[in-house]
Amino acid sequence: MDALMAVAEWFTVPMGFDFVRRALLISVVAGVACAVLSCWMTLVGWSLMGDAVSHAVLPGVVLSYLLGLPFAAGALVFGAGSVALIGAVNRTSRVKEDAVIGVVFTAMFALGLVLISRVPSQTDLGHILFGNVLGVSDTAIWQVLILAGAVLAVVWYKHRDLTLYAFDPVHAHAMGINPRLLETLLLGLLSVTVVVALQAVGIILVVAMVIIPGATAYLLTDRFERMLVISAAVAATSAVVGVFASFHLNVSTGGLIVLTQAAAFTLAYLASPGHGVLWRGRTARRIRTRAADAGPSTV
Amino acid sequence: MSAAIEVTDATVRYGDVLALDAVSLSVAPGRICGLLGTNGSGKSTLFKTVLGLVPTDHGSVRILGHTGATARRRGMIGYVPQSEQVDWAFPVRVCDVVMMGRYGHMGRRRRARPADREAVAHALARTHLSDLADRQIGALSGGQRKRAFIARAIAQGADVLLLDEPFAGVDKRSEARITELLLQLRREGHTLLVSTHDLAQVPVLCDEAVLLQRRVLAHGDPEEVLRPETLMEAFGIHTDGRGAAWTL
Repeated sequence: MDALMAVAEWFTVPMGFDFVRRALLISVVAGVACAVLSCWMTLVGWSLMGDAVSHAVLPGVVLSYLLGLPFAAGALVFGAGSVALIGAVNRTSRVKEDAVIGVVFTAMFALGLVLISRVPSQTDLGHILFGNVLGVSDTAIWQVLILAGAVLAVVWYKHRDLTLYAFDPVHAHAMGINPRLLETLLLGLLSVTVVVALQAVGIILVVAMVIIPGATAYLLTDRFERMLVISAAVAATSAVVGVFASFHLNVSTGGLIVLTQAAAFTLAYLASPGHGVLWRGRTARRIRTRAADAGPSTV
Repeated sequence: MSAAIEVTDATVRYGDVLALDAVSLSVAPGRICGLLGTNGSGKSTLFKTVLGLVPTDHGSVRILGHTGATARRRGMIGYVPQSEQVDWAFPVRVCDVVMMGRYGHMGRRRRARPADREAVAHALARTHLSDLADRQIGALSGGQRKRAFIARAIAQGADVLLLDEPFAGVDKRSEARITELLLQLRREGHTLLVSTHDLAQVPVLCDEAVLLQRRVLAHGDPEEVLRPETLMEAFGIHTDGRGAAWTL
């Protein structure tokens, strides 16, 4: 009974604080939006793109701060602008896409660092880079809720087309459905989602939020709809565990959220029925044993 | 009556590389045309040209008298990709893949209506995949995978089918099954453009054959196109007998 009480208190005590409730809201909402998108990122192979967009928004965030605009405005401009720039340089030069991505996002990030050094107050740098979910403002909360809601609504409306694009863009084209447009939509959604998640975990760790849940779910199912659900569940659970654990341990919230996601991935990687390494190892052993039992004549 | 596939004077360049050199090709409705050529002969580029995926320097493509864009919008062109171009680990079931063929007929959200489900069930039955409909696409054998994509084109209601190497990585029994299925589709009036390395299959399946080497080297009766003299002339292959010429 005491143990049960202790577990209950582990959750109830932090919930007494307003800042914890707000952190929880932001982390879960941002986590779920990222998780849903991460399913397509995993399947299309856009992990590096997520990394690029998240770093490239830094100058936008700083400029918004300087101009007194909502942080999302500048972040969106620079996020989408970088994606467009990557596409343009990629199409018009012989440099391969991964190199173009590397050039554009590091340059943008560097521009952000230079801009920050001109900003009188240095305190926000840490928050932008590493997140500050325990101290978010009301405006920030509203921005996150509106943007995440918009992302989820568009995804709900267009998810079949996005999956068609991820699976067979040539077939989409052959049916008169423009894959370029769907690619642009997916990149746009990625930019918005990255901006949403910045609030929860900061620029450095955003990329984890748009990769790990989808990759984890991919190890656990062969059905796309289930993948979306599992991915969202992994992200929501990680957000809750991360926020509460960081309260009790007094450590970085964003760090703990991502660590929890990584733990979920590790578990799936090892023990997923069908796709986990332990499972595959066992099946392989069983086949070997059976082959050995049957004797060499069958080989 | 307009040709099912009409490519006129199509030239395609990738940078400085000439991939197709003034290719003209006309396939009448209800015919199966085999597309033959070595690797790098431009077979894939010709497919992409018919699909409208690569810009041509000049030249035009018409499908059953329509422009490429109109034909695509109306779902007239079905496409069966090469195995290497498909992510077989993708989390979709066989029935999901076949349902994607219906997307052009659906509303913006691509929600399946009873007519769509019926078309999918019909396409799966015709390709003998009904029992495997709930399998993940990669859990099928080589021949079943090909049939799943043919089922997608059937569900789409495509009039013209482009099949890229449908016999690659397929055993003899499946090969016969696919051939039978394609001949059935032809009997129903579909037009098929089939690229293949499998020359033995060409006289069995095709009404006509095209030998491509950036240009159209020969177009006509399969036996005629596959004559060792034609092939040797085309590729400068030195051979002492019929056998060697049969592997491109």
